[in-house]
Amino acid sequence: MKTSCVCIICPKGCELEGETDGQEILSLEGASCPRGREYLAQELRDPRRTITSTVLVEGGESPLVSVRLSAPVPKNQIFAVMEAIRRLRVVAPVSLGEVLLPDLLRLGCDLIATHQVFAAEKYGPR
Amino acid sequence: MNLMEKDCIIIGGGPAGLAAAIRLREAGVRDIVVIERERQAGGILRQCIHDGFGLTRFQESLSGPEYAWRFLEKAVDLNIPLLTETTALKVCPDKTVIAVSRRHGWLRLRARAVVLAMGCRERTRGAIGLPGTRPAGVLTAGVAQSYINIHNLMIGRDAVILGSGDIGLIMARRLTLEGARVHAVLEIQPHAGGLPRNIRQCLDDYGIPLLLEHTVVDIRGTGRLESILAAKVDANRNPVPGSEREFRCDTLILSVGLIPENELSLTAGIELDPRTGGAIVDEHYQTSVPGIFSAGNVLHVHDLVDFVSLEAETLAESVAVFLKNGCLESCPIALKAGSGVSYVLPHTISGTREVTLSLRVREPLKPCLITVRQAGGTVLSRRFAKALPAEMIHLPLEAEIVNGRTPLEVTAV
Ligand SMILES: Cc1cc2nc3c(=O)[nH]c(=O)nc-3n(C[C@H](O)[C@H](O)[C@H](O)COP(=O)(O)OP(=O)(O)OC[C@H]3O[C@@H](n4cnc5c(N)ncnc54)[C@H](O)[C@@H]3O)c2cc1C
Repeated sequence: MKTSCVCIICPKGCELEGETDGQEILSLEGASCPRGREYLAQELRDPRRTITSTVLVEGGESPLVSVRLSAPVPKNQIFAVMEAIRRLRVVAPVSLGEVLLPDLLRLGCDLIATHQVFAAEKYGPR
Repeated sequence: MNLMEKDCIIIGGGPAGLAAAIRLREAGVRDIVVIERERQAGGILRQCIHDGFGLTRFQESLSGPEYAWRFLEKAVDLNIPLLTETTALKVCPDKTVIAVSRRHGWLRLRARAVVLAMGCRERTRGAIGLPGTRPAGVLTAGVAQSYINIHNLMIGRDAVILGSGDIGLIMARRLTLEGARVHAVLEIQPHAGGLPRNIRQCLDDYGIPLLLEHTVVDIRGTGRLESILAAKVDANRNPVPGSEREFRCDTLILSVGLIPENELSLTAGIELDPRTGGAIVDEHYQTSVPGIFSAGNVLHVHDLVDFVSLEAETLAESVAVFLKNGCLESCPIALKAGSGVSYVLPHTISGTREVTLSLRVREPLKPCLITVRQAGGTVLSRRFAKALPAEMIHLPLEAEIVNGRTPLEVTAV
């Protein structure tokens, strides 16, 4: 059957047009690099997405720290992952790259801080 | 008020300002200072927690704060003086900058070169003349993003988004992930404003409808927003009677365009281009006032930060030459946006070295042929599989193909 979708790997957004049997790619056009084929193959078998969000920080100079997953998770797990992120509380300081939740929901990826938050005292009362 | 003398003052500590400062230091310019209004440098990237930044520059997908950190870290390593919580209020044509700082009070600085890197601001409800009452709950996408991602304030439960630029799309997903319901994204144009990948991963993934050729014709509610009335528009963008549809919602997000922040440029007497909203610049990114330079979103609104960094670095190399020689090579050859092209930068070139043109097409073209002509003859043509107004095109132009000083015209079909 014919399948068409936009590749989301990079901002180029190649329009992939292919012939598939629902599971495997039989032919493919429109991909300007090999990642297009990989993406479509993954999308057919097991669509995955990375998630970015924020986590509550206690005692920090800002109330939130931005986070992301170390690898994409199955699309149908997005809201379960969001719930786990929402429940999490961390204490300042938080450093960039710090693992805040290892092996999140046993999905094989970690939740990582993408920013640093200093403890509140560092700046004194404001 | 003491006068602080510098080789170069950089106004704005976002990606453009930081990249310029770092490259200036690397080029041996020591006496510089970056002025930043916020408590932390990093610019708009601090609130852009989604990933997709840096794919061109670092070949990996970073979140906004991570991308900004790569530059901030370097700026700290290089000991670049960063005056945070300091707002520049005025830039004079003689390159004096008046600023006000939380820590130092009034400041008067003068430099041999000034770099403008103030970024852009959002168009508001007033700017697009949306009718209706004035309830709470109508806010611009960037403000919503800052509330949710920086200040931990959720803005509503049921939302409609007007405008399908990338920020609106990103916010549609963000609101959905945070438990709000996004009923629709309305776009007045017949095509989406944002990148196709964002349509797919921010709207399609969550089943959020994109209604093209639609706008808001009424805002209803007292105190808090209660509903909006959407309508289809005709080819002249006038609402089609009878097509109205009410959406009950407590939040209306506006993602209706960005405007380069050029109030300071005007105080310096810099000439602006009405099409970009930014300064008129030559290939050195020098404005109409010698010694004042401009790059990043203050010059023209970018879709990818990678090119903001690149543009600022090119600018910095010119500033270093300017500081060394006191002037730059003149740029007598004009570049004009012809049919199908909404704008092209820089406005003038020297014709003696390779420059990279930045341009946008007026309408989606598939395929697309970009042609550069001079005195009736074609000097360059490049074919693209597709071109969208949302995607800036970069086109290298070699010096050898430019003949004499007659203007160049860039067209797209
Ligand atoms: C919501 C959103 C989503 C985006 N998504 C992506 C994406 O997915 N991928 C991507 O590559 N790009 C993305 N971008 C684009 C990218 O973030 C911008 O192109 C980039 O941040 C522009 O950098 P800049 O330095 O020109 O401006 P800014 O980041 O706006 O920085 C300007 C700085 O100047 C300071 N300033 C302004 N006026 C003054 C003054 N008078 N005195 C002192 N300081 C001042 C401001 O405080 C600010 O820190 C996105 C942008 C937005 C808004």
